[in-house]
Amino acid sequence: MLRIGASRLLQHGGRHAAVVSAARTQSSAPDKIEVFIDDMPVMVPPGTTVLQAAAQAGVEIPRFCYHERLSVAGNCRMCLVEVEKSVKPVAACAMPVMKGWRIKTDSEMTRKAREGDQSMAFGSDRSRFLENKRAVEDKNIGPLVKTIMTRCIHCTRCVRFATEIAGVEDLGTTGRGTNMEIGTYVEKMLLSELSGNVIDLCPVGALTSKPYAFTARPWEIRRTDSVDVMDAVGSNIVVNHRTGEVLRILPQVNEDINEEWLSDKSRFAYDGLKRQRLVYPMVKDSDGELRPCEWEDALIVAAKALKAADGSVAAIAGGLADAEALVALKDLVFPDAGTGTDLRSSYLLNTKIVGVEEADMIVFVGANPRFEAPLFNTRVRKAWTYNELHAAMIGPDVNLTYDCEHLGDDASIIGKLLDGSHPFSQRLTAAKRPMIVVGTSLLARPDGDVLYAQLLQLSQKLRSSCEGGSEWRVFNILHRVASQVAALDLGYTPGVADIRNNPPKVLYLMGADEGAITREDLPKDTLVIYQGHHGDQGAEMADVVLPGAAYTEKTATYVNMEGRAQQTQAALVPPGMAREDWKIIRALSEIVDTRLPYDKLNDIRNRLAEVSPNLTRYGDVEEANYFAQATALAEMVSGKKGAAPIDVPQKKLEDFYMTNSITRASPTMAKCIAAVKKEAANKYIE
Amino acid sequence: MMAGLCRVTPVLRATLNPGTSSLIAKRFNSNKVYGPLADADRIFTNLYGRHDWRMKGALSRGDWYKTKEIILKGTDWILNEIKTSGLRGRGGAGFPSGMKWSFMNKPSDGRPKYLVVNADEGEPGTCKDREIMRHDPHKLVEGCLVAGHAMGARAAYIYIRGEFYNEASNMQVAINEAYKAGFLGENACGSGYDFDVFMHRGAGAYICGEETALIESLEGKQGKPRLKPPFPADVGVFGCPTTVANVETVAVAPTICRRGGSWFVGLGRPRNSGTKLFNISGHVNNPCTVEEEMSVPLRELIERHAGGVTGGWENLLGVIPGGSSTPVIPKHVCEEALMDFDGLVACQTSLGTAAVIVMNKQTDIVKAIARLIEFYKHESCGQCTPCREGVSWMFKIMSRFVKGDARPEEIDALWEVSKQIEGHTICALGDGAAWPVQGLIRHFRPVLEERMANFAASKEAVAN
Repeated sequence: MLRIGASRLLQHGGRHAAVVSAARTQSSAPDKIEVFIDDMPVMVPPGTTVLQAAAQAGVEIPRFCYHERLSVAGNCRMCLVEVEKSVKPVAACAMPVMKGWRIKTDSEMTRKAREGDQSMAFGSDRSRFLENKRAVEDKNIGPLVKTIMTRCIHCTRCVRFATEIAGVEDLGTTGRGTNMEIGTYVEKMLLSELSGNVIDLCPVGALTSKPYAFTARPWEIRRTDSVDVMDAVGSNIVVNHRTGEVLRILPQVNEDINEEWLSDKSRFAYDGLKRQRLVYPMVKDSDGELRPCEWEDALIVAAKALKAADGSVAAIAGGLADAEALVALKDLVFPDAGTGTDLRSSYLLNTKIVGVEEADMIVFVGANPRFEAPLFNTRVRKAWTYNELHAAMIGPDVNLTYDCEHLGDDASIIGKLLDGSHPFSQRLTAAKRPMIVVGTSLLARPDGDVLYAQLLQLSQKLRSSCEGGSEWRVFNILHRVASQVAALDLGYTPGVADIRNNPPKVLYLMGADEGAITREDLPKDTLVIYQGHHGDQGAEMADVVLPGAAYTEKTATYVNMEGRAQQTQAALVPPGMAREDWKIIRALSEIVDTRLPYDKLNDIRNRLAEVSPNLTRYGDVEEANYFAQATALAEMVSGKKGAAPIDVPQKKLEDFYMTNSITRASPTMAKCIAAVKKEAANKYIE
Repeated sequence: MMAGLCRVTPVLRATLNPGTSSLIAKRFNSNKVYGPLADADRIFTNLYGRHDWRMKGALSRGDWYKTKEIILKGTDWILNEIKTSGLRGRGGAGFPSGMKWSFMNKPSDGRPKYLVVNADEGEPGTCKDREIMRHDPHKLVEGCLVAGHAMGARAAYIYIRGEFYNEASNMQVAINEAYKAGFLGENACGSGYDFDVFMHRGAGAYICGEETALIESLEGKQGKPRLKPPFPADVGVFGCPTTVANVETVAVAPTICRRGGSWFVGLGRPRNSGTKLFNISGHVNNPCTVEEEMSVPLRELIERHAGGVTGGWENLLGVIPGGSSTPVIPKHVCEEALMDFDGLVACQTSLGTAAVIVMNKQTDIVKAIARLIEFYKHESCGQCTPCREGVSWMFKIMSRFVKGDARPEEIDALWEVSKQIEGHTICALGDGAAWPVQGLIRHFRPVLEERMANFAASKEAVAN
């Protein structure tokens, strides 16, 4: 729980402060100073380091320990460069430039200083080391990260990542001099939902991926840019695959979303894509057993039931469903239903993920961002570290890796905050840029609509009085699943109470595996069609199974919690007889005699744009501004508030790993849970 | 009395010791000679613990005399006296103290300022601060107040080496006495200035004597040096402006203020003024710590105070003049060396902490230096690459050199390695580890080569 101390902040704050303040006050940019990189003049703002100034001039100074998102350690000494009139070479990563400095990145002194290292490009060309080399025993830090400690050069990137970004102080250094080692002090697991990032950070391969170890060489791999669907953040990823198999998933830089990080679930759950897959259509036989069949047979059974249902059809979309499948299903099953009935601002993370960096107050209501959206949580932590963000929580007292004022878990707190009678109200109203972040589990409560209405009103009240003005958005929903926003945009409604109350004759499950409706909720004669990629809870209760494609196997649209449409790219083909989801529905429509008017991806994308234009504006966030109207609607809501305390479904690290059908099929995720539980049982570690 | 005479009558002194002073005069174009120090000019009058070290004894020696008046004269006055005195830091680097302390007097931004006293005296051969703290602790306590006031500090932290148990105990007694007498705390000495002094005991790491590592350690973290900039004067202990000063530097400040900077500057050569505690150890008849005038000739220092080299001056092999980090100088250089900052720089070595380690001809110089490198290998913090890898590499090479199990080209390789460490590290430990090796190669290369030849010959003899 280290908030970077004042000293570190002052030491290294310059860089981060520059980032944030540049966003806020572009007009008051300080005067730039001129420096010379290899006699090339460059204008840089004061406080720029030598390394950054050189980068601006197009000169890359070699480095090991420096990483732009971590604090400066300056310990590898690879970036030493000569500065004219300085006796000693300076560490480019740490030294701020002064006016008129002449920096020589390729002088005799610079090259001499670099030769201290033994690397190929910059070092001496032959080894001068005749002694025995040091060896270090490998450490076991959990099922995800493999260590080869002899390779370690003690750059401390991993230590800095764990302490500063992940907010766990599990990693550190022990010993001195040659005996120094990086490790977890005692043998334990690196208990973080972001641990995989240290693999990307390690410059020497001392930390590597345990599941990926010895499976492939990088040059054998094909890479496909895509989007992660394990949570609603929409992290950008690169799917690494070979011969029809995902071998690893790496993050891709997107400053607006995941920066360059990736959560462990997104990174390591890919082995779930090979297990429990539905590879052929299935229909329940007279014994009640699902039997594999041809597509035609399955589609005919489904179509017959749909026709016979005569409109008594319901559909449930799961967390991994893509927008194309959702719109096709809607057009098939509810051709007359309208589009989105809700105001978009009521269900988005309106402040946006980067917006957190400008906030000075954040109140979580029934949300645990650390496990529901780990990379949103790192932004909050970043703002907490560098911008004095104050965090508060209404709900269970969970560890978010930063200080969070726990206001209690009583639902009445929301009402008290609204009428200003709560002790925290004063702080909240004094905030310049407050954020209210509401968890989706809160909305699923029986009294969810009442609480939701109160929170909307509270947000609107704060918004009208806060310094951020009308540009600033207070109200935010923290979604947990990738399909949610697109589904709402397309007119799906949250909750399954209607289905429970009026059981339909046909229930169409579009990858719905969370057990919202069970077989017991339905009459015996209801036919359940399950379309999806994993044999999980949905398929278990189905009468007809239509095998679909997982996110790595289809080019599909997902909208993240901010309302940002992004698309996955098909890296592989779906296994066996499985097909892309919208195509299955398109085929089914043919048999039902309501042929859907799209044959190509472009056609269905046009249909998406017709329903909600933002769905195909890839990469952009369409701003939603109907707060006043939403508040007006909220004022009409009345109901009774329940007495149940506000809770979140994921409280501990072991709750993080398995949240959808892919992760439930993943052996790596299972190992993680087992390891975390084992760690929790260790009485010597608190 | 004799000592006083000598200082004022160089002619008489010259007759006492003709050889040395004529050489010096020739070299530095000056007839002035320095040392021995007059008793009247001594600052540390209880260096040998013959008198009471507590408050009563301290008062009788003139400590805490008119401290209130000194403080009331104000920051600028104190800084001016220190600047006039030409006092340079006594911890090894020799940075002008007046200038360093004045860095703290930037307009306040609301953060408190701190004085941190570096009492983590760990340099092999050095034992000057220890003497001050166990026999004259009030000098340091008073120094904290005076120096602290000069830089507007709210409090002083004395970071004392963990092994100095008795010294820490005496210091704490002195601090308690000072609080009781009203010299410290709120309204210190009745001056209206609030000032506290805290003791912090280290845990025995040499690197914690480096100022930023000391600050880290004081904050409760691993003692690993910080990158500079920002310098401690901007961001120091607990993120506040801090000056780290050596015990001796701080302890002489009150006396300088009482007697005037002009008195202090009159001792020693220009830019090297004042008195200094010298620790003479090794192959001398009478190892001792002595307060002497700066710029005293090395030979004079050894012969007058330490009873000469064991076996006579002719039996001298070399001297490490400033603690283990400084390069060794051979006998012929020792004959001309003046013990001050510039004088030893001229000899390609350094005054360091003025811990004179004398080695006579019975010394295995290669083994001695190898032992020093082993020390640095053990004490390297491991944070930055050149020092972590380089020092242990040097030690491995040096261990073979001790036996002679190496080729003569490796001497150049060792030189290269030491040059790769020097100036490339975060802190000065790397430099300090590289210099002894460089001194060895510079002056004792034939010894190394001879040993290698002997080893090769004996190996060949065995093989035949």
